[in-house]
Amino acid sequence: MIDNLIHAALLLFLPPLLLGVINKTKSWFGGRNGPRALQPYYDIAKLLRKGFVLSDTTTWIFRFGPAVTLATVILAGFLIPFGRFDAPVAFTGDLILFAYLFGLARFFTTAAALDTGSAFEGMGAAREATFAVLSEPALFFAFLTLAKLSGSLTLTKMLHSSMEAFSPETAAPLVLIVLGLFVVLLAETCRIPVDDPNTHLELTMIHEVMVLDHGGPLLGIILYASSIKMFVLGAVVINVISPFNTGSTAIDWAVFVSQMLALAVVIGVLESIMARLRMRRVPYLLVSALLLCGSGFLLLVR
Amino acid sequence: MSSIVLVLIAIGVLAAGGIPACLQSSRSSAGQKISTALTIIGGGTGLYALVLSFGESTHATISEPWFLPFGRFAVAIDPLSVVFLALVFVVPVLGSIYGLGYWKQAEHPKNGQKLGFFYGLLAGSMGLVSIARDGVLFLIAWEIMALAAFFAATVEEENPEVRYAGWVYLIATHIGTLCLFAMFALWERGTGSFALEAAVSGTVPAAGAIFVLAVIGFGFKAGLMPLHVWLPGAHANAPSHVSAVMSGVMLKMGIYGILRMTSLLPVTAPWWGGTLLAVGAITGLAGIAFAIGQTDLKRLLAYSSIENIGVITMGIGLALLGRGAGRWEWILLGLGGALFHVWNHGLFKSLLFLNSGSIIHAVGTRNIEELGGLSKKLPTTAALFLIGAVAISALPPLNGFASEWLLYLGLFDTLGLDGKTALGGAAIAVPALAMIGALAVACFVKLFATVFLGASRSERIEHAHESGPAMLFPMIFLAGVCATIGFFPSLVLLPIENAVRVWAAPLSQQTTLGSLVSFNWVSTLGIVLVIMLGLIFTLLRFLAATRSNRAHGTWDCGYARPTNRMQYTGTSFVQSIVDLFFFILWPKRGKDTVRGVFPERAEFKTSVPDAVLDRLALPVFKLAERYAPNIRFFQQGQTHFYILYVFIITIVLLGIGAMGVNP
Repeated sequence: MIDNLIHAALLLFLPPLLLGVINKTKSWFGGRNGPRALQPYYDIAKLLRKGFVLSDTTTWIFRFGPAVTLATVILAGFLIPFGRFDAPVAFTGDLILFAYLFGLARFFTTAAALDTGSAFEGMGAAREATFAVLSEPALFFAFLTLAKLSGSLTLTKMLHSSMEAFSPETAAPLVLIVLGLFVVLLAETCRIPVDDPNTHLELTMIHEVMVLDHGGPLLGIILYASSIKMFVLGAVVINVISPFNTGSTAIDWAVFVSQMLALAVVIGVLESIMARLRMRRVPYLLVSALLLCGSGFLLLVR
Repeated sequence: MSSIVLVLIAIGVLAAGGIPACLQSSRSSAGQKISTALTIIGGGTGLYALVLSFGESTHATISEPWFLPFGRFAVAIDPLSVVFLALVFVVPVLGSIYGLGYWKQAEHPKNGQKLGFFYGLLAGSMGLVSIARDGVLFLIAWEIMALAAFFAATVEEENPEVRYAGWVYLIATHIGTLCLFAMFALWERGTGSFALEAAVSGTVPAAGAIFVLAVIGFGFKAGLMPLHVWLPGAHANAPSHVSAVMSGVMLKMGIYGILRMTSLLPVTAPWWGGTLLAVGAITGLAGIAFAIGQTDLKRLLAYSSIENIGVITMGIGLALLGRGAGRWEWILLGLGGALFHVWNHGLFKSLLFLNSGSIIHAVGTRNIEELGGLSKKLPTTAALFLIGAVAISALPPLNGFASEWLLYLGLFDTLGLDGKTALGGAAIAVPALAMIGALAVACFVKLFATVFLGASRSERIEHAHESGPAMLFPMIFLAGVCATIGFFPSLVLLPIENAVRVWAAPLSQQTTLGSLVSFNWVSTLGIVLVIMLGLIFTLLRFLAATRSNRAHGTWDCGYARPTNRMQYTGTSFVQSIVDLFFFILWPKRGKDTVRGVFPERAEFKTSVPDAVLDRLALPVFKLAERYAPNIRFFQQGQTHFYILYVFIITIVLLGIGAMGVNP
């Protein structure tokens, strides 16, 4: 019970910190001080205090998009185990619900973007929809591999037993799907090299341009939801590779939190040393993620 | 009264539903109302009979000799029939009610009666197909269904496009029927009768050939790629409630045929299931890829039907694999998912087709690129369309997700998770299904957003108006059922599970669907999702009430004179996906003609024609048209020549027989 409460608390309160850590890492790489790590919390709070500026082209779908995104990522967060602790909600086949909840969020995010009737938002929505066509099968190849390794269709067991089942035969598939999953994580959370969350030139972006017309509380919700999404997907990657189980509850939670922060640092470093890919190249990256996950699966079942 | 008699009565009433209107004057609306009332009575009786059949311990059967020298009048209801009959007794009834507002007799004096007559006949014949237990009776019902659909779909025959679509349909359906003739002939040879009952001896010679003929023959009707050629045109050009019945129910008759024949054939070669799984995956992927490329509202929906038929076929393939490997779980999850999806697709696709009728009624075009911002004019239709779009994209918490979830679980099970038989190759279908899912989301976001969201792209929507209650009620009903099944899938598990047990009779085991899948979690999380949405929306409302808010134009980077036509079109939204799948779609693209600093007026066209029909079948037919006239020489048009041909062929056959060849 206590673990479930900690799970919920981490899920709801920790995610913006990851964004802060990423920005801090990037500033450090750039030789700047940068905003403090807690800045995203202030940003979200400030946005929630503002009034709404709504385009007169839009309908209720425009407001529905951020709401659905937030609800689905929180729900998805309850299906994923954090560290060595079980997920609060676990049942056979929850992995499919997990993936399709993101699908639901995508449906309403892209619909809300198109609701503005602007070509900018249209471009962003089109890219989001296109890239999902490649990242979704990659995710399911990874799930297949994990299901085969663990002999289970429950995310908690699948993600926990990847390290228990570790052996020379399973090493190669695991490495491949972790690489694939990491690319999916970057694409889904719109980080470099797929998307640049800091640019202001609308034509080069995916997620930022989709939410161009959302402002005030709606933008706050979107920021918050996307940080949760990164946290949840990050937890998936961390779980697959993390072998830690000390037996002590407190230490294990601390280990999990530090792993998540380390992941944020890794993303920050990656963003500092890489340039964003040209938009035409992004599908190649995603196809390679698909191939990585697919090869991992084939190696396992050959 | 036993359920089978009631079902026969219901089918009769449905089939005769259009007759009262024909007896009235061609502008009288009373006749149409009586017809609809009859259809409601027929559907109600049928549903009551289905409920009754649950209580019966044995399958209700009638088998009588009849006027033909071969075959019998044999009908029966078993749980497999019940699944399909349920659709037959629901969708056409709703469509008929919808027709009261959509195809008013007074507005269509020329063809309203004809439409009503063939619409009823179509509904009745589909019921007869689902219960026929004799090959001859089945074929008769099948042919009535095919022809009734042809006449119902081509009521606007003065339009050349409609006639063309009708011809393509007629040719395709008859090639299919030809395969069915061959199949039933082989069946009769193998089992000694046309009766559609499991072979007594336990083996049927040429079972493989029967299977292949069934898949091709029924596949033409169901729309398996590449046999789907008739489907987009016919669905696009039929009146919308006819499209709803054709897509929601008639395509499923093809699925029913495949299921009935595979349940009767005693042996399962391993390649059967694998073939269907592969065909299903290809049909699903290609279907949704083509759907994405369409700009015609109803053609898009028709291609999406092909995709859903593909998903259903994947489930059947998995069940056949399970039968070969003796794995009850694969059968239960595969076929259970397939049958569940048959229902779900019947519901949400009918909803979407009825919805498209309302859109066409309001704006007078099927071209989505001329629409936009329609949700402000048709708020109820827009909300209902959204429910249908989310459901058909298989997203939780609506019903499409529930059935695809079963299929996913079954496909994951082929990994051999509990140390049992594994079939790693079948698991490749999982990512294929995931890709289909992602494409479906893109496809229906495109459709919903291009039609209902953004700014209007032409003046057409200026005068658009919401549909009347006769058209809204069936849609609200269907959307309600989609939501109910989505939130509480366990409500409908029992009839589906019964049907699976009948299909796989000897392999049937104790394990139930309820014990394999935890639908309770899906229900709970669905409700939690709605509550969370409610909370977030309340929060937003509270924030909006306590802040100063402004309305403003959409941000346009400071450009001074944005116009509605500058917004993203549906085609541009999916352009990158169409490019990604160019190897399936072969899109047509015009040349980029914008050159220089001050370019001339330029034009750019792009479209996604049907690869099989427009690029393969039609060129072949063109060639045939060019060279086939040479053999017209034999067709003299004089009877005595034909008698001569018959005479010669008889002698040749006698000669072959005399040589000791026994065919």
